Amino acid sequence: MALVGAGMSKFGSFPEKTSRDLFVEAFWEMEASVDKGLDPEVIEAIYVGNFSSDVFEGQVHTAPIMADWLGLIPRPATRVEDACASSGVALREGIIAIASGLYDVVLVGGVEKMTNLPTEEVTDTLAMAGDRLYEIPAGFTFPGFYAAMATAYMHKYGATPEHLMKVAIKNHANGALNPKAQFNRSIADIMTRKIAKAKAKGQPVPTWKDEWDFLHDESANPVIAWPLRLFDCSPITDGAACLLVVAAERAKEFTDDPIYIIGSGQASDYALHDRAELTSINSAKIAAQIAYEMAGVKPEDIKLAEVHDCFTIAEIIGTEDIGFFAPGEGYKAVDEGLTLRDGPKPVNTSGGLKAKGHPVGASGAAQVVEIWKQMRGEAGPRQVPGDIPLALTHNVGATGSTCVVHIFERR
Amino acid sequence: MPERPFTNASFNKFLNEGRLMGSKCKSCGAIYVPPRPLCPACHSEEMEWVEMKGRGKLVAYTAIHIGPKIMIEEGYDREHPYCAGIVELEEGPRISARIVGVDASHPESINIGMPLTVEFLERGEGEEKRTFLAFRPE
Repeated sequence: MALVGAGMSKFGSFPEKTSRDLFVEAFWEMEASVDKGLDPEVIEAIYVGNFSSDVFEGQVHTAPIMADWLGLIPRPATRVEDACASSGVALREGIIAIASGLYDVVLVGGVEKMTNLPTEEVTDTLAMAGDRLYEIPAGFTFPGFYAAMATAYMHKYGATPEHLMKVAIKNHANGALNPKAQFNRSIADIMTRKIAKAKAKGQPVPTWKDEWDFLHDESANPVIAWPLRLFDCSPITDGAACLLVVAAERAKEFTDDPIYIIGSGQASDYALHDRAELTSINSAKIAAQIAYEMAGVKPEDIKLAEVHDCFTIAEIIGTEDIGFFAPGEGYKAVDEGLTLRDGPKPVNTSGGLKAKGHPVGASGAAQVVEIWKQMRGEAGPRQVPGDIPLALTHNVGATGSTCVVHIFERR
Repeated sequence: MPERPFTNASFNKFLNEGRLMGSKCKSCGAIYVPPRPLCPACHSEEMEWVEMKGRGKLVAYTAIHIGPKIMIEEGYDREHPYCAGIVELEEGPRISARIVGVDASHPESINIGMPLTVEFLERGEGEEKRTFLAFRPE
């Protein structure tokens, strides 16, 4: 299988755009990224990751609408829903369809339009990805689930809220270099602007000394679900992403520089409370193991990864689950700067879900857009130096009741 | 033990009666709270009801400041957080529950491993009555 094109819409809050507008925007960027040009007529099927256009837009049966807006009727169009892993799984479904021999050229995408609803209704909608019968009555929210994992992790390994904040600082610094990011500003920059704004308005001027001071201030960075604060959480986002996946033997029709998809793994897991272990996600470990075995490579061979950082703790646990670091070492790796853009194991050079934004159904495909840009040396000011022969995406659904991992190779 | 199907409705009915019930696999002995009609461990369909003693320990928790509608309706908000957690029962199963009798405004005072006892939180009356599972420090 080969990736021969990838693109995404701008991520953010767009009151005047609907899912289909965002999807067309992503499609156009994908189309422009195909080196030898794309005649859309060659696309044989379309897989669309989408979590809940049902609630967010009052629209189900999303995939044929996307096909229509791209001029792809009457091709089969299928929606894939696995919570926040929807488009990572859509990619895997596209790969499986090509591997079956049925198709050679498949469009994979993801889309979510979340900002129509007020925050509390978005919170309730996201909570639908938990166990409605047994987790939600306990009062759990999505930040709450990951906060519970964080308390278990901190208790077991001695990590502190400051380690979590370091993930946010890193990902915002990366997002500052990504023009597509919802928050393309560093946390220090966000702080400086708030101070300037207060001055301009004649309001009391905050006295934050630095970004750490800012992140510890309850008014600037309130607790959402302790120990997770606002800046530990990914935002509510509108956005879409599109990928063109083709049979490897047809790749050269589209580009002389394809990115090969050499490993794909997916696994499921129980509701959070039914797991023996809360400091790692078993589905992620299994999905990664399957993908590594298929690809015939090891974690130490991977140059960089997009890791599902819906919350800061999720990135730390994720980097352990994909084998970048041993259990309990992920927070130390962040502390030592190992996952910085210029570190030995760059993680979330795009800004991650944290800063780039998290339109849930689009996030898995958008991770792949970053891998495409980085591997081909097209990531601009956030480009990781040197060749990137191998990279990985780790896309988690809900609390990890789904995880899908892909491994990419540039030859 | 009453003859009830191993469903969410039965589980909630037991909660309304002040009982925390699970299902036990007659084949491999595994216990499930909430109850399940088939055993995920050995795929047996032979289950029986078992009552939990209602004692356990806290394995993970959070103090939630931005809650879902059901909690907002109970009066919780940014200034009045509540605690939700995962409790490991003495019998082995783990379950999500509200943690009451703790200071959610000072989450550092809540300790993983602390022993807990079940409490049944009744909301509504008559046909509308709904009982939520909670645990309180011993």
